[in-house]
Amino acid sequence: MGTGAFALALVLIVVAIGFELSRQSMLSIQKFGLNFWRTQTWDPVAGEFGALPFIWGTLYSSILALLIATPVALGIAVFISELAPARLRQPLVFLTELLAAIPSIVYGLWGIFVLVPAVRALEVAAPGWMRQLPLFSGPPLGVGMLSAGLILAIMVVPFTSSVAREVLKSVPLSQREGAYALGATRFEAIRAALYYARTGIIGAIMLGFGRALGETMAVTMVIGNSPKISASLFAPQYTMAAVLANEFTEAADDLYLAALVEIGLVLFIITLIVNSLSRLLIWSMARQPKAVGAATAAVPAVESAA
Amino acid sequence: MTQPGIASPHAASGSSRTRVRKILSSLFVGFCALCVLVALVPLALVLFFVISQGIRSLNFDFFTHMPTPVGEPGGGMANAIVGTLMLTGLGSLLAIPIGIVSGVYMSEYAGSRLASLGRFAADTLNGVPSIVIGVFAYGIAVLPFKQFSALAGGLALGIMMIPIIARTTEELLLLVPNSMREGALALGATRARAVFSVVLPAALPGIITGIVLSLARIAGETAPLLFTAFNNRFFTTSLRQPIGSLTVQIYTYAISPYEDWHRQAWAGALVLVMIVLVCSLLARFATRKLERLAS
Repeated sequence: MGTGAFALALVLIVVAIGFELSRQSMLSIQKFGLNFWRTQTWDPVAGEFGALPFIWGTLYSSILALLIATPVALGIAVFISELAPARLRQPLVFLTELLAAIPSIVYGLWGIFVLVPAVRALEVAAPGWMRQLPLFSGPPLGVGMLSAGLILAIMVVPFTSSVAREVLKSVPLSQREGAYALGATRFEAIRAALYYARTGIIGAIMLGFGRALGETMAVTMVIGNSPKISASLFAPQYTMAAVLANEFTEAADDLYLAALVEIGLVLFIITLIVNSLSRLLIWSMARQPKAVGAATAAVPAVESAA
Repeated sequence: MTQPGIASPHAASGSSRTRVRKILSSLFVGFCALCVLVALVPLALVLFFVISQGIRSLNFDFFTHMPTPVGEPGGGMANAIVGTLMLTGLGSLLAIPIGIVSGVYMSEYAGSRLASLGRFAADTLNGVPSIVIGVFAYGIAVLPFKQFSALAGGLALGIMMIPIIARTTEELLLLVPNSMREGALALGATRARAVFSVVLPAALPGIITGIVLSLARIAGETAPLLFTAFNNRFFTTSLRQPIGSLTVQIYTYAISPYEDWHRQAWAGALVLVMIVLVCSLLARFATRKLERLAS
């Protein structure tokens, strides 16, 4: 049937994105080479483009978001799939999905007017000795890495938790039953299930990481947009997605535009790698040979055991 | 999956190590419950502020009036609402046919190499940051014509919708009982006829639900529109002109220093959130009904 042509179209779109971004960024790739990613000066007027601050900001904010979001997301996944009473499950799933459905721009708006002032108050209240540390140095502006990490974490939690929930669902019940039969407490049995599902769980975490890397609007609105590398959570910084959102329409000359597209290209490649890897992990988990009493039989089996 | 019956034997043993393990277990359960609360707090806060701030500025004028200049109170986002409708409409025109047909292919030829490649491409495309899709659409639909346009914006949104619709279609088609397909084939239908006249209609309610959800998601996108559809403070329905949209308008207003504009931004956010809420509830209701019909 001719329907294959449409499936091929899907593949071609992905290829076309890679091709088009490479083509548009050629000027910058040829002029700066690897120095583009090693230097820190971003001065469009002087024609100097170094993208290190953006890479730094993207990685810093995404890893920060991951550190905050992962324990919470896994806790939610465990609670919904293992602990919650059956009646609570569906509403909780719906609420966490709602968290994912709220548009980025709404989080951004909320971030500017609610989260940033709250973070500023928190920063002002930080004790003096704390402010001496490099992690908390700089004036308490509110906008900056901490706000960005927090808002990203809120946005990433539903993604990680829903995938982790699916992964936990695929853990054979015999794993938990075996643990209980050996006298395990509830925590120990769930730990055994989590250990069994570790590949898929790591995949879920990476999927959240991929989301955080490319998130644009909310981060742009709260991170402060300053292309300076800093270790401080209080310092305003910049991300790859944010510089695209802010400067793309202002790119007056070809080199400036090419430099911005190159940032887009690298963002594309990084998210491609992270997402493929996470899919691979989740997929290999789902393909594991199912033991007796696999996931499909889970619910009735539990009820008869209890 | 709580197992009180299995876990209860611990109650008998009272050694201190068992007590520590049981305390640890309870702490863990408490931690998980706390995580749920921690995630629900921002959800409640976002909804609370959007509703309470939005409702103060949301009125009939918001939907029927044009933006006013700075300092002049009132006005609305009529142009941006029409823009959002047009952009999502254009995106759907592109994405619905490609999405559904490629989904059909991936479920009908599930084992083929092209199907797994298509699946991989769909998942990849789904993970590409929306801003990168915007850069791509800029390269192929803005740069050659030296003009921001509604068409370019629609293209960017369409590209984002395709993988969602393709994967939903594929998953739902796989749920249709094989006997229906076999029945059609036994009556002498060609494979294409069997799929498009029997299998696809059976899955249609679910597919429409998927499309509604993808529309809700796409209507809330900002990043891919920033340099494709750009923005327009005036009313237009031209496909070749820059066009306003709710999201870009909210963004412009949110980062402006004017109180009036902030209020408008909150009102716009409320409209967006209402769209998302209504669509999710509709979809949830529809899937429930489907599930009941299926069982």
